[in-house]
Amino acid sequence: MRDIMDTNPQTLPRDSSTFSPEINAEIRRAADTGIYDIRGGGAKRKVPHFDDLLFLGASISRYPLEGYREKCDTSVVLGTRFAKKPIELKIPVTIAGMSFGALSGPAKEALGRGATMAGTSTTTGDGGMTDEERGHSEKLVYQYLPSRYGMNPDDLRRADAIEIVVGQGAKPGGGGMLLGQKITQRVANMRNLPVGIDQRSACRHPDWTGPDDLEIKILELREITNWEKPIYIKIGGARPYYDTALAVKAGADVVVLDGMQGGTAATQDVFIENVGQPTLACIRPAVKALQDLGMHRKVQLVVSGGIRTGADVAKALALGADAVAIGTAALIAIGENDPKWAAEYSKLGTTADAYDDWHEGKDPAGITTQDPELMKRLDPVEAARRLRNYLAVMTLECQTIARACGKSHVHNLEPEDLCALTIEAAAMAGVPLAGTSWIPGQTGF
Amino acid sequence: MQTVDLANTPLRELNTALQAQAVTTNQTQWEVLNPKGAHAIAVGLDAPIEVTVNGSTGYYCAGMNKQATINVTGSAGPGVAENMMSGTVVIEGDASQYAGATGHGGLLVIKGNASSRCGISMKGIDIVVFGNIGHMSAFMAQSGNLVVLGDAGDALGDSLYEARLFVRGSVKSLGSDCIEKEMRPEHLEILRDLLERSGADARPEEFKRYGSARKLYNFHVDHAGAY
Repeated sequence: MRDIMDTNPQTLPRDSSTFSPEINAEIRRAADTGIYDIRGGGAKRKVPHFDDLLFLGASISRYPLEGYREKCDTSVVLGTRFAKKPIELKIPVTIAGMSFGALSGPAKEALGRGATMAGTSTTTGDGGMTDEERGHSEKLVYQYLPSRYGMNPDDLRRADAIEIVVGQGAKPGGGGMLLGQKITQRVANMRNLPVGIDQRSACRHPDWTGPDDLEIKILELREITNWEKPIYIKIGGARPYYDTALAVKAGADVVVLDGMQGGTAATQDVFIENVGQPTLACIRPAVKALQDLGMHRKVQLVVSGGIRTGADVAKALALGADAVAIGTAALIAIGENDPKWAAEYSKLGTTADAYDDWHEGKDPAGITTQDPELMKRLDPVEAARRLRNYLAVMTLECQTIARACGKSHVHNLEPEDLCALTIEAAAMAGVPLAGTSWIPGQTGF
Repeated sequence: MQTVDLANTPLRELNTALQAQAVTTNQTQWEVLNPKGAHAIAVGLDAPIEVTVNGSTGYYCAGMNKQATINVTGSAGPGVAENMMSGTVVIEGDASQYAGATGHGGLLVIKGNASSRCGISMKGIDIVVFGNIGHMSAFMAQSGNLVVLGDAGDALGDSLYEARLFVRGSVKSLGSDCIEKEMRPEHLEILRDLLERSGADARPEEFKRYGSARKLYNFHVDHAGAY
């Protein structure tokens, strides 16, 4: 370039910030295919997140707990409001809903086995409950979705909790999608659909339309299950204050709140990246709704969407959550996007860690596929051990931070333990900007 | 005959008693008095018993029914027999929205009219409506049969999968990917059986059949406007 400039002075080639190479590539792809880009996972854009928060720790004004001697409890009970049989978990990290169909049978088995070893719950997805999943999951949450694929009263009764899915962080206001490549005979049978067709799931429930109806729907589900099962309501991060309040009004035992970093099996990229709010921005409004109704800690709050480490867990709990749920992180733990498959990711036109065409069913890791040969690559027992290890590390990390803040239970973490690195994060989390007492929107600078 | 009066019996007690019946129960005849529009009456049953509800019901009567026969002498609120698996539900009057929604099996007979979204997302249930049905009925219906002796409202069978729709009267409009189809002998036989079992006074030859054009089964840009 220098040689060219020396001999023929001109301006350097300059990429547009507006029409960047990535944007231009997407314009060309759209022009070639006539269809929007579909992919799996959650929002990839950078948004304010837990990384923008720090714990203060203890010093003279706060008294820490001894790291290896003093107890820091991590147990959680979900569903204490109405259910006769609340769910008791050993750790505050649960496995989020992911369907058999989107995931392979060995992957679902691994999630069930790993969650059980760690003393926590796993969750079904759009597509019903498989015997393998039920058998390997000591505590299984059964999702009640608009599609009602595979829904039946027997599975409702053999579930440990029922999660009514109203929304999902990756696509608040959107329905589900499972493309034909993954609709094998077994998946089709479970969903009462022809083999190989694109399976669309409605964005709204077929037999209720608002919180008043939902309250009656919950009554029906409780009557069918003898009022034993905790009823969760899962909402996407759209209007967390009002949606949480309405979920409580409708009779939820637990609210599951999923921010925009939360993953999906397959959704339009434009939807994932442009609809919904970051997880960090959703927690405090939801907690405030619970507090305003006198229901904080009575209706439990489970937060999901971009939880990766024990620090993320601790921060979510400090902001008022009772537990968190992980989906993408759990898949990575059991082998998704593993660099050992780098050559095969390359053949698919991508790289390890960036692979997100989960809807195509070609996952080299054997996780987001129904291909029998690819599925064989995932050993569910070994994968379960990896998940157990990962959950153990997250829990230890969370405890480490909680002890440093002087907490004998991770639920004792509180916003006062936090500060923020950016003004945006301070405003969203409702904690002071580091080095100041300023909470944007609440206090003067 | 076991009689439960909802005027002085909690709903929970009624459903507990009905759900407790085993397949071999001797208590096969039940009568429910004073429903007065209560919700979730006789839900989650799983035994070959017959329950007669004397009056009208609220939401989700007979929800997720298996094996039982449930008769409602009045009208039924939204979501009657939703997600029914098997058995029979008969409504002497009218039914509100979402009748038979997502039903996997069994027979739902509505002797009056059914409101909007009748048979929405049905997955194997058979529904026979003696009167008319409202708009968006059989939306995303996957399998089973919907028989309508009267007229159908707007957008019948929108985004239909493999369910069969039989309408004797007029259809205000068809939804995306729903078309009129040839009535073959096997369809007349299905209709004859359903009309007979539901006690409907109609002949199979009087009906037209509607089903999926199957153009939306796999995305194609040329059909984008239909989505």
